[in-house]
Amino acid sequence: MMLQILAEPWPWYIAGPAIGLMVPLLLFVLNKSFGVSSSLKHLCAMCSVSNARFFKYDWKKETWNLMFVFGVFLGAVLVAKYVPSESLVGISDATAEKLSGMGITDFTGLMPEQLFSFSHMLNPATLISVVLGGFFVGFGTRYAGGCTSGHAIMGLSQFSLGSLVAVIGFFIGGLFVSWIILPSILSLI
Amino acid sequence: MKHIYALLLGVLFGGILVKAEVVSWFRIQEMFWFQSFHMYGIIGSAIAVGALSIWIMKRFGAKSINGDFINPSPKPLHKKANLFGGIIFGLGWALTGACPGPLYALVGSGYGIMLVAILSAMLGVVAYGHLKDKLPH
Repeated sequence: MMLQILAEPWPWYIAGPAIGLMVPLLLFVLNKSFGVSSSLKHLCAMCSVSNARFFKYDWKKETWNLMFVFGVFLGAVLVAKYVPSESLVGISDATAEKLSGMGITDFTGLMPEQLFSFSHMLNPATLISVVLGGFFVGFGTRYAGGCTSGHAIMGLSQFSLGSLVAVIGFFIGGLFVSWIILPSILSLI
Repeated sequence: MKHIYALLLGVLFGGILVKAEVVSWFRIQEMFWFQSFHMYGIIGSAIAVGALSIWIMKRFGAKSINGDFINPSPKPLHKKANLFGGIIFGLGWALTGACPGPLYALVGSGYGIMLVAILSAMLGVVAYGHLKDKLPH
């Protein structure tokens, strides 16, 4: 019964408050602010990939953050193994229709195989989505000082003005890609 | 011990991200096209719960389990960096369909190709580390 409930995709009013609870849990257990993207910097510092001053700090003090993101990976592994969702991702019909019109035919899984699989790795659409997109995620989050967790959730929970500016930026960038750029990218598939 | 706690909290967070479909590229495009309330409901209610918990913890002088007062410092305001960096991250968010948490969760969900996205994100961090002093903040 319990597993059956877990196997269903969660509605927003369960998932959102559950994510919000990460804020007090991290504060209470570790006295740390909720955030994910700085882990990318600690990974760079840990692997000594650059000698820039930006990476000269004691990353070992941030091990908790690396453990946290390793946990995120592990949590997804456990869900996939024990309580996978069997249905398609519950997007609206309008979104499915719009994506079909742009050439997406496979709606199984969490992301379209046509775009996100090693067999399409050298397709320009995949390179743009994965390689360029990933680069922007790393560069942008360090420049802005946080991501959806650190700015949108932790920052806005503290009514931080900088976080509000950053979140407005997230949407300027995201809307530009989804409305203006995405149709051209998908036409490359 | 605290590293074990961090790991367990991460497991919880990763599990929620997958079950809520927040890790789905389809959901991210749907959000930016304003075709569903799902992602807005999640982010909005997460902020509401986060803000309320911080207010309560401060109001009652709550201490963490190691005995220190809970008083998270707010992120500093750097208008230009917040805006320009935010826009660049937004481009990446819509292109990959994933923010940093989901990147790790997608690898765990079997999308090995997102390891390439994580390596590329690290390259982006290195690029920022080298250009930092030349960029407006």
